[in-house]
Amino acid sequence: MSDHEYVPSSKFGKWFNDRLPLLTLASHLTDYPTPKNLNYWWTFGGILTFCLITQIVTGLTLAMHYIAHADMAFESVEHIMRDVNYGWLIRYIHANGASMFFLAVYIHIFRSLFYGSYKSPREIIWIIGIIIYLLMMAAAFMGYVLPWGQMSFWGATVITNLFSAIPLVGEGIVTWLWGGYSVDNPTLTRFFTLHYLIPFLILGLVVLHIWALHVPGNNNPIGIDVKKPSKDTVPFHPYIVIKDGFALLMFMIVFAFFVFYSPNILGHADNYIEANPMVTPAHIVPEWYLLPFYAILRSVPDKLLGVVAMLSAILILAALPWLDTSKIRSAVFRPLYKQFYWILVADVLILGYIGAMPAEGLYLLIARVATAYYFLHFLVILPVLGFKEKTIPVPLSITEPILGGSPNLAMAKNKESLDK
Amino acid sequence: MKNFIKLFSILVLFFFTITQSNSAEKIDYLKTDWSFKGLFGKFDRGSLQRGYQVYTEVCAACHSMKYLSYRNLGEKGGPEFSEAETKAIAASFEVTDGPNADGEMFERPAKLSDKFVMPYENVKAAQAANGGAYPPDMSVLVKARGGGVDYIYSLLQGYEEVPSGMTLDEGVHYNKYMYGNKIRMSAPLSEDIVEYGDGTKATVEQMSKDVTTFLMWAAEPHLEARHQMGFKAIVYLIILTTLVYFSMKKIWSRVESEV
Repeated sequence: MSDHEYVPSSKFGKWFNDRLPLLTLASHLTDYPTPKNLNYWWTFGGILTFCLITQIVTGLTLAMHYIAHADMAFESVEHIMRDVNYGWLIRYIHANGASMFFLAVYIHIFRSLFYGSYKSPREIIWIIGIIIYLLMMAAAFMGYVLPWGQMSFWGATVITNLFSAIPLVGEGIVTWLWGGYSVDNPTLTRFFTLHYLIPFLILGLVVLHIWALHVPGNNNPIGIDVKKPSKDTVPFHPYIVIKDGFALLMFMIVFAFFVFYSPNILGHADNYIEANPMVTPAHIVPEWYLLPFYAILRSVPDKLLGVVAMLSAILILAALPWLDTSKIRSAVFRPLYKQFYWILVADVLILGYIGAMPAEGLYLLIARVATAYYFLHFLVILPVLGFKEKTIPVPLSITEPILGGSPNLAMAKNKESLDK
Repeated sequence: MKNFIKLFSILVLFFFTITQSNSAEKIDYLKTDWSFKGLFGKFDRGSLQRGYQVYTEVCAACHSMKYLSYRNLGEKGGPEFSEAETKAIAASFEVTDGPNADGEMFERPAKLSDKFVMPYENVKAAQAANGGAYPPDMSVLVKARGGGVDYIYSLLQGYEEVPSGMTLDEGVHYNKYMYGNKIRMSAPLSEDIVEYGDGTKATVEQMSKDVTTFLMWAAEPHLEARHQMGFKAIVYLIILTTLVYFSMKKIWSRVESEV
């Protein structure tokens, strides 16, 4: 993408690079022109890469000690916690790492929503991202089953049973997923295998995600196309590397607090009770990061339609580049969209809260309203807004003064902070 | 940057509240000072040793602790019995070993490497001996209950007279902190049911605290190491973050843009 052709300085370097242009790639990555006005919400891409690597490394280590067998899984986890050197540390990093991964991915997704990063020409980046997110949910769900506690078992039972809602073939699919007539040892071993596989699929997709990103380059807080390289950009190294590094360290401090001081707060106490098919827990609750979708699932009285609603809630995101009809990317210049954006954030948080509560009475009513609003936002508000909204004029570049009386970046920024 | 920090902290706080609120219905548990809470929290060695005594003399009659080994009792960060004491504790239990050269199973005194001997052969035997109720394994009991240590501590002291208008079946007891207030276990502790070697008065409150501390350690044997490492890790991260922050400022001062 850089204009100049990279030529290695050493003879061997040149020989090697002619055969496998790794050095060209490295040069592209270091020189990669990045908009200089990226704020800290843009650091979560790097943070997510860190999360993925952490999960893979800790996961590999855990897999060396874990036993995927219905009679031994729970005990082997306790073995890791007690007898494996620093096993407690590795497992707590892995378990809390999943939560930190989702915390970061939600910030990453909502950053895209705010700054319109999914819009042309970045649709493919966005869709790959949604696939990664789906795979993350699958990996996290199956990972939660592995300790073979009560929530593992009953969570697996509830979620796999969703497939039985499919007409005609549903029951058959569930039996096929389980490898039997209930969640049991065959289910555990296949979940372990898939839990091991998915992170590597994610890793591959992350490479594509970054590759696709490097074609148009980063979006930025004012959402305009920047000339690259120009006064509007800085090379990735050292500017973005150090900034991402700083943000990553801040993130790691939060991460460390969870791991060292409240490692079990994000899990459910019932998962320290070994799985027992004879005893159903009082409330079966998924992990916090799945709660909004769980709330949507339960808000629909019909099982099949509930599953359809839940899946649509995720898949609708893939259609977002075409549902959002506005040509303006950044919400900074879209006063109405900005308000609807924050309503959507609140809506999702409410759904998350409701997902943890029993589905009855007022909770159920709120869940239904919030679910309806979620779809309303994407299917009605966004398409209409693109035609109706009166947007603020967008500056022509990040640094250049604007001709024709448009507000410059400083003004736009001030406005943004005033609004908050 | 300011906006970012503000929003990020709101998110993290929200995160905490959500997880806190779904963990349990709000019940006012009895409170006591736990020495193992907080940044530098450590176990009270005396309390752990007394707690082990309560466990082994009272609880262990029905409750197993199958993930612990006798060697754990002498390990750092635990009750830290001396090696001789730990060996003596182990030797006071009989385990079945074998088969020997003749193909026979035989009984021998337990060694440090043996797991805690279970009071019943299996779950069915435990249920048969306890009117159908299974006394749960205590290895990770503290982590397996919503209220954690406060819940266990309160439950042990929560036995009361049955309120009028409530009838209980034979073998069921009233406990103010139990879910549904009905519990199969009869009040396990009573004043001076154990005699502490260190002269501590064995009140129900004292024993509840000691045995709960012991259960916390049993569930989290590396808690002290975790707290110590956590403090070091976080101090290290804060220093590194500060250094990186100033490096970043310096590097970014070359471009007229705000970091």
